Amino acid sequence: MSDKVLMKGNEALAEAAIQAGCRLFFGYPITPQTELAAYMAKKMPKVDGLFLQAESEVAAINMVYGAAGAGARVMTSSSSPGISLKQEGISYIAGSDLPCVIINIVRGGPGLGGIQPAQSDYFQATKGGGHGDYHLIVLAPSSVQEMVNLTSLAFDLGDIYRMPVMIMGDGALGQMMEPISFEAVEKLPVPEKTWATTGTQMKRKRNIINSLYITPEELEELVWEREKRYDVIRAKEARFEEYETADADYIIAAYGTTARIAKNAIKALRAEGIKAGLIRPITLWPFPVEAFNKAADTAKAFLSVEMSTGQMVEDVKLAVNGKKDVFFFGRTGGTVPTPAEIVAKIKEIDGGVR
Amino acid sequence: MAKVFERPHALSDVTLHYCPGCTHGIIHRLVAEVIDELGIEGKTIGVAPVGCSVFAYNYFECDMQQASHGRAPAVATGIKRANPANIVFTYQGDGDLAAIGTAETVHAATRGENITVIFVNNAIYGMTGGQMAPTSLVGQVTQTTPYGRKVETQGYPIKVCEMLSTLDGTAYAERVSVDDIKNIKKAKAAIKKAFEYQIDKKGFSIVEVLSTCPTNWGLSPKEAITWLRENMMPVYPLGVYKDKGADK
Amino acid sequence: MSKTSELIIAGFGGQGILFTGKVLAYGGLMCGKEVSWLPSYGPEMRGGTANCHVIISDTPIGAPIITEPNLLIVMNKPSLDKFEDAVVSGGTIIVDSSLIDRKVKRDDVNVFYIPATQMALDMDASKMANMIILGKLIKETDIMTYDELKEGLKKCVPPSKAELIDFNLKVIDAGYNYAE
Repeated sequence: MSDKVLMKGNEALAEAAIQAGCRLFFGYPITPQTELAAYMAKKMPKVDGLFLQAESEVAAINMVYGAAGAGARVMTSSSSPGISLKQEGISYIAGSDLPCVIINIVRGGPGLGGIQPAQSDYFQATKGGGHGDYHLIVLAPSSVQEMVNLTSLAFDLGDIYRMPVMIMGDGALGQMMEPISFEAVEKLPVPEKTWATTGTQMKRKRNIINSLYITPEELEELVWEREKRYDVIRAKEARFEEYETADADYIIAAYGTTARIAKNAIKALRAEGIKAGLIRPITLWPFPVEAFNKAADTAKAFLSVEMSTGQMVEDVKLAVNGKKDVFFFGRTGGTVPTPAEIVAKIKEIDGGVR
Repeated sequence: MAKVFERPHALSDVTLHYCPGCTHGIIHRLVAEVIDELGIEGKTIGVAPVGCSVFAYNYFECDMQQASHGRAPAVATGIKRANPANIVFTYQGDGDLAAIGTAETVHAATRGENITVIFVNNAIYGMTGGQMAPTSLVGQVTQTTPYGRKVETQGYPIKVCEMLSTLDGTAYAERVSVDDIKNIKKAKAAIKKAFEYQIDKKGFSIVEVLSTCPTNWGLSPKEAITWLRENMMPVYPLGVYKDKGADK
Repeated sequence: MSKTSELIIAGFGGQGILFTGKVLAYGGLMCGKEVSWLPSYGPEMRGGTANCHVIISDTPIGAPIITEPNLLIVMNKPSLDKFEDAVVSGGTIIVDSSLIDRKVKRDDVNVFYIPATQMALDMDASKMANMIILGKLIKETDIMTYDELKEGLKKCVPPSKAELIDFNLKVIDAGYNYAE
């Protein structure tokens, strides 16, 4: 028997945020993340928290900015077109060194696109969707339980490094139900927010939340300082899962829902005697460069499988650094790759390599 | 020796960057005096806009946040909702509040967001060098309306206090001016009332201050004051447009 | 030998398609299996077709999206048209014959026809054809036992409506005992 409960990914994520101490949520309706906002609207008043439906995604992210600056654990969620609208605010949040959590339940694009699952916002999330030199920590759960665990981690990492953290899911992960438990969710020690605008109480110097520096040298210094912090994150926070990689000739790179499909393909391939394995980035930024680089010493080739026309594949190539060939297979627009398609692609590569 | 005049504590001891004859300095001082008089500096958080008053975060001694263009009411909402015991004000110009930030302004007002908005209306974009503002007058010559603002292409100026007074969430809306001593005193009283309404949790309060921009209007400070009286005041009549406190 | 049931349930919105899947998913969970439940979503849910993918397995579940189901329940004709060819050879299809007037074309799958909608109407349970079908599913496949299904049902009915459990079981029984 099990004490676990079945929960939809979107709802589990919302509950995990509340359990992580998030008491402020600002959002705007968009499919396919509506259950998340609806859950917040229902639950927040019961924990003395606030759900506020903003007039736009633009307003919502700026409410997040204000609340984050005031020291609150705060979150917003949206899906691709809405995340595009939030980019200005995200850049300001990064430029003001504020922590917050942003959820993107990705759908097909560009433009209004579609509402089915996609991973075509990878560039936007990992390369800085807004203007300026900045990064988000980007977490990519692959199961409902991982949505719970990574939500807690997202708040902690945001507080530790004073930066926005994005959780990238997709419509399938948001909508599906799996058994989950909220016990065993790890909590990291986080620093006190002495920088927050909570009022001086006439006892300290004023705190200013700001990203404007009119002297180029001053701005440059601050941007490099932030870059050094990013280097620490690159060194310490890259997370990934390895599946059947030890003896693998072919390494599939896939994250989120696609990684699960890849596992089915790997089982089928191994049943036919083809040694395939998976490296699943859990952090899309920082990208688990070392894992791929190391695997390149023993594997014959790599295949990046994505619900896009080929975005993460660029990072896989950078990580493999020319040691081995990196191939790509993708479906996009809201369609999902099948295990059979991945199997066929690996066989095609297998034929070519031998 | 008794001091008869000094810098308000809430106003920072720095040189303001504003142009000669600009009335931002007066309005900053009035806000700081009110913060002092109400004894709220320690729990006040100000929100600076994008525009001429972008550096306002350096000019007030209370905690400050700088907002992206037009989003100050949304940022203020986040701050206020995070810590409702704090006093939160925005300081915004006409382009910020009534063009790019119209949605944030209107919705903060209609939510009855318990914040105070100081709205400086000088009928022009000052920071970027004198372009047409949503509040520029019909016929007004600016860098982007070199032949004067034409109704056929640019429509009409927005009357912010009139518009916001129609919303149930607006507790207090008054338009004032800082063109002479009498009006400066009235302006201060209005600003004080707007903060008091927030302290009393009455809802959204806004004080629109008619202001000059001698540099971009191409006038001397003295001529600018005259231009404000002769051209702006007829279009933007001074007065109280909404007062929930007086309704009772 | 490890076992994995990959079930697609498909029909119209309003037939309780998603609820049916949830009962099975909870049934699997209650007996310690790995489970996943994935609904179709979006405009197609507004009165159009609905389907859900349920996986119940002894081993960790990979893709939650089923491309080759070994079990298929269809409660309208478009769903049979759409999913019939996807079922693996040797798989099982259960058809609500009240609403689907054609036979399954394939001869390499096990097919069971049950007039679930008519049976539910006869029991004054017009919206419970899905429960009739659940009874048939339990009878004809080894997806889970009757008792496991019962545990799953209990988890899906809120305490305020606990009195409905017995009636649901009665409808499930009717499906279970139906003989073609």
